[in-house]
Amino acid sequence: MRFFGSTDSTAQGSAAAQGAKLTRRSSSLAQLIKSLDSEETLCILDLGSTSPANIRYCTERGHKIYSDDLLISSTDPSLAIKDEAGKPALDSKRFLEENLVYPGAQFDIVLCWNLADYLDESLVKPVIGRLWSLLKPGGMLLAFFHTQEAGPDAPCYRYHIVGGDTLEMQHIARGDGKKGSPASKFRLQRVFNNRNIENLFRDFASIKFFLARDNVREVLVVR
Amino acid sequence: METPKTTEFAHIGKSVIIKGELSGSEDLYVDGQVEGSIELSGNRLIIGPHGQVRANVNAKGVIVQGKLDGNIRASERAELTKSAIAVGDIITQRVAIEEGAYFKGKVDIQKDMTKTDGAKPAPAAAASAVASSAAAGSAATVAMKINPSDGK
Repeated sequence: MRFFGSTDSTAQGSAAAQGAKLTRRSSSLAQLIKSLDSEETLCILDLGSTSPANIRYCTERGHKIYSDDLLISSTDPSLAIKDEAGKPALDSKRFLEENLVYPGAQFDIVLCWNLADYLDESLVKPVIGRLWSLLKPGGMLLAFFHTQEAGPDAPCYRYHIVGGDTLEMQHIARGDGKKGSPASKFRLQRVFNNRNIENLFRDFASIKFFLARDNVREVLVVR
Repeated sequence: METPKTTEFAHIGKSVIIKGELSGSEDLYVDGQVEGSIELSGNRLIIGPHGQVRANVNAKGVIVQGKLDGNIRASERAELTKSAIAVGDIITQRVAIEEGAYFKGKVDIQKDMTKTDGAKPAPAAAASAVASSAAAGSAATVAMKINPSDGK
């Protein structure tokens, strides 16, 4: 796993300016959509910022959708602690007591988007572990990971489903989700290579990679 | 559901704090604080931009412009505007969430809610409601039944 230093590099793409929306094709979404178009009522957990488009897309197809913005929740200052080495960390135990509190094996689909890339290191493994327990056996999780070419200033996006294989991407910052908090950029915390990703999801039954052109690796994992 | 003129609604103003069970048979606009439960079967509820509601709500239509911590059961339509901060589950026939709204919870669309309309909302908030300790203020003019919960 590669961690970024604190030095700033050139910001990626002026199109990532606040509020600007871009569209991209997503092969993993296309595969996931086949499940969403099923007759069965599915239970879906969206871990990105509140997306009216995703809620509409899922509810129009008769599914139940849960919206839970974990990245915003992780910015709660009261979670800050020091780890055993005295370094700043977040209290993962308390975080999981207050977030992702659902019955086990409740969800058919978890939309993780790019959460793991921007979430604090101390929360990544505990959160993925909790998501494993929340997914039904055979349930699917969709996640995006930046490749090394992305750079530490890769903009953090929220993803809106606008079609069978099309996503609209909207740049987000801290403070966008909860009023009153100042807006600042979410920084890419690390880059996962393929092996890191396989390790992260080692408890899952299968993992499928989809390469994209925009320095993003799409992953569809099945519990 | 268009945002109606608030004069058409019974009005709970910004400075009003209500703790307990709030029920009625007319439309209600809440711009103050309510903690407990709100039961308006067949009528509409608007939580104004200054409104802070910690309650499960049951109404025909619900518009949230302020803060809501509780479940929404709306037999026709629920709407979160861009200034809304809502934490709780939404069960309704139709839902509209504006860009910029913060929402944490479940959206469950039920096609025919008239059959189940009038069902009591989840008991969590009602059980946690405490006896009123605040002045009713302008709420005294509202033709509403406000029952301070005794915790039963």
